[in-house]
Amino acid sequence: MKIFSKFYMFLIFAILYAPIAVLIVFSFNDAGSLSEFSKFSLTWYEELFADEEAMSALKNSLILAISSSLIATVIATFGALGLHHMRKKYIKASITSVTNIPMMNPDIVTGISMMLLFVAVAKITESESILGFGTMLIAHVTFNLPYVLLSVMPRFNQLDRSLSEAAQDLGCTPARAFFKVELPQIVPGIISGMMLGFTLSLDDFVISHFVNSPNFQTLPLYVYNQTVHNVKFSMYALSALIVFVILAILLIVNFSSVKKLPKKRCRRVN
Amino acid sequence: MMKGRSLFQKMAAAPHIVWAVLFIVAPMLFVIYFAFTDVNGKFSFANILSLSQYSNVFVLSIAFALIATVVCLIIGYPLAYFMAKSKPKTQRVLLVLLMLPMWCNLLIRTYALMALLDNGGLLNSLLESVGLNKLYIVGSDFGVIFGMIYDFLPYMVLPIYTVMSKLDKRYMEASADLGCNSFQTMTKVIMPLSVSGVISGITMVFVPSISTFYISQKLGAGKIDLVGDTIERLFQNLSTYNVGAAISLIMMILIIISVSIMNRFSDDDGGMII
Amino acid sequence: MPFPKYFLFKGYLCGMEKKLIELRGISKSYDGEPVLRGIDLDIHDSEFVTLLGPSGCGKTTTLRIIGGFETPDEGEVLFDGEKINDVPPYKRHVNTVFQRYALFPHLNVFENIAFGLRVKKPGQPKPTKEEIVNKVTEMLALVNLKGFERRHINTLSGGQQQRVAIARALINQPKVLLLDEPLGALDLKLRKDMQKELKSIQKRTKITFIYVTHDQEEALTMSDTVVVMADGKIQQIGTPVDIYNEPQNAFVADFIGESNILDGIMREDYKVKFSGREFLCLDAGFDKNEPVDVVIRPEDVDIVPIDRAMLTAKVTSLTFKGDYYEIITDVCGFKWMIETSDAVEDGATVGLSIDPDAIHVMKKSEYSGKYGDYSTYSEEAEHLSDVETEEDGE
Repeated sequence: MKIFSKFYMFLIFAILYAPIAVLIVFSFNDAGSLSEFSKFSLTWYEELFADEEAMSALKNSLILAISSSLIATVIATFGALGLHHMRKKYIKASITSVTNIPMMNPDIVTGISMMLLFVAVAKITESESILGFGTMLIAHVTFNLPYVLLSVMPRFNQLDRSLSEAAQDLGCTPARAFFKVELPQIVPGIISGMMLGFTLSLDDFVISHFVNSPNFQTLPLYVYNQTVHNVKFSMYALSALIVFVILAILLIVNFSSVKKLPKKRCRRVN
Repeated sequence: MMKGRSLFQKMAAAPHIVWAVLFIVAPMLFVIYFAFTDVNGKFSFANILSLSQYSNVFVLSIAFALIATVVCLIIGYPLAYFMAKSKPKTQRVLLVLLMLPMWCNLLIRTYALMALLDNGGLLNSLLESVGLNKLYIVGSDFGVIFGMIYDFLPYMVLPIYTVMSKLDKRYMEASADLGCNSFQTMTKVIMPLSVSGVISGITMVFVPSISTFYISQKLGAGKIDLVGDTIERLFQNLSTYNVGAAISLIMMILIIISVSIMNRFSDDDGGMII
Repeated sequence: MPFPKYFLFKGYLCGMEKKLIELRGISKSYDGEPVLRGIDLDIHDSEFVTLLGPSGCGKTTTLRIIGGFETPDEGEVLFDGEKINDVPPYKRHVNTVFQRYALFPHLNVFENIAFGLRVKKPGQPKPTKEEIVNKVTEMLALVNLKGFERRHINTLSGGQQQRVAIARALINQPKVLLLDEPLGALDLKLRKDMQKELKSIQKRTKITFIYVTHDQEEALTMSDTVVVMADGKIQQIGTPVDIYNEPQNAFVADFIGESNILDGIMREDYKVKFSGREFLCLDAGFDKNEPVDVVIRPEDVDIVPIDRAMLTAKVTSLTFKGDYYEIITDVCGFKWMIETSDAVEDGATVGLSIDPDAIHVMKKSEYSGKYGDYSTYSEEAEHLSDVETEEDGE
């Protein structure tokens, strides 16, 4: 049984990693072919870094991820605060469910729904097309909202009412009590929500695909455009680099004292 | 109960609510609006009625997504179980191994799979060099389903693993104490207790599988048309937006129905973010 | 007790006593459900007052009104003669030890205790670093936690957290310390130790303590004054001895210690009839033939030979308690509890004798007839009801 379970795990992980391994190995292949490995070289990496389009896509991705996660965090944190103090349960529940729609829906539906909104707005305002950084930002903030709310809201719910009372008892006004005692309890949720938003935004392809414009390309969109037709070995290099970066982050997070980075986006059932 | 809420507390959620109405509710209304109008903006059932010509696309997509989900469950459940039974140190390593593909972009994972399986890919080069026939996986139904399984397997394993790793060891001991062998313990104790993980795993594989278009584009080599591809194609041309919206609407309803049916089976919140 | 000295002592206390907090006709309801119905209470300087009652009696709400966390619907709260109904908690000279301590989880022991000092108060200079360190060290010494400054809150035991909570509440030198079931989460042994320690802290600091508990033994051991509450009303205010010996109604008699509560008729002054017989007693001032409740404590009933007995009783159950027996007997169909060191046999018929000073007569009240019969008494039920009250402190 022990041996079988080890073999089984090995087999599945081997299948899971075989393509990634191939990709990494052949990103160093000078020949630019999958049939033979001629010699180790960094040609494709050089080509990648020389590609201005790739570099600007990377820059765009980072700008978009940082700004959208920041905005979503601010909106959703205050949203959670307001929801926490809301008395009417059904209003609270309906706001939460509406916020969760982008998380429940397939990305393609979220993407086209945002696109239709922007198209309609463009039609009404009679402008040619409003797609670009602005629409990308709106879309990314929107799909980040439920995830940030989801990581902040439980912190509010766990707050012990007597903590704020204790602070007021010791001389704090209610507002001061919030900042001195309650906020520190919530901050971990805010940070993890923001980081989750940041990663989701970096990672998103499908929604961006529908609301982007050619003059604002993110890294996933760039990869998509590069791989539509033929094999490009500089994309192997880019993919290999991304895998290394993620591996490094995962190792740091899981094997250092820093605990609990947000896990990859997961759908919530309910 | 503190006396009354401050204005600040009352207004804090306002931006959130405004944003949700403008960018979540309004887009949904536009999907419905487009689905029920023609190109000139007149009310019409034509789009919904024309959906019958897409019925095989729907059937194919549902079938592919179902097969992928079931296979993921069959492969993933034992994997999650074995992972949860490993030593704590091994578990951490395995968890990183499981999460690395999850964090990698879907495009990259699919692209990597292409490198291995493509007609001119590594596998076929190897087969050729030993004198065997090429396997034309890319462009076949099998290729697309395999792509779905490969891409989404970690989404099945992670929630099940999370639930299992939190199971109290004493349940297993109690069941053994009461005379269950390890198979009976599995079916009578572990499986019922891991239902919530299975349910979120199923949702997390089924929803992206049924709506994907990149996997079928690449591994189907453009020969296989799923709902996702159809929607994507229809939205490349302004004149077919309305039909596209109608298909999206139907897919959304389909998913809402299937997710709520599945939620019937799990009585806890089943929320799955570890 | 030598009389002159006793009165001198009492007079001395009276001179010290100054009304610090006055509650006047306080009423409060939640969603139309009345929780407090007209509470009148005076609390004096340096007094240890305990609000005692079962869960849901309104004791915690009373405390929260004094602390400023609730506003009464009706009535006045006076502090040093000034109305403070609408003064927010952070402006009151009152500090609280919360039910589950409410220590700030993001701060260590030192910072938790220093919290009250660090909060800037208008019109007062900010304390220097040195002052803060000195003050906190002093507080840590007071609660016997020297050397715990840098410890994290989660690493402390329940008793240690309790001490931190007390030190934190005392650092601003409040005039009144409110304690809301502070020992509720501790085990019995620790609870006894902490009771002594709390009492000694109160004596040393001379701060008024208002203490909420449902544990009658705790109330009797620690307090100067016990306030027994039930159903949102004060049932009795008095010293522990008064409360035990002179309960005002059937509720108090039953809630404090064990009591046999019998229906009786006051024949005339110093003469009461119950269990089909007239007894001499020390009570007077009732109407002729007024129906009354009669309280007799189990330890005040003597077992005597039948020929010298005032009443005869049949033993229906017998429990050995170590230093005494707890006997349930049937007297004319009413079950009495008796505590005695005399061995008797189960099923035997015994004679009972009751001294006049063991009989306490009370006016009839809404609680008459609800308590005091031991026919359904069992240890287990007693235990269960205890657990229930402990779980929710209202």
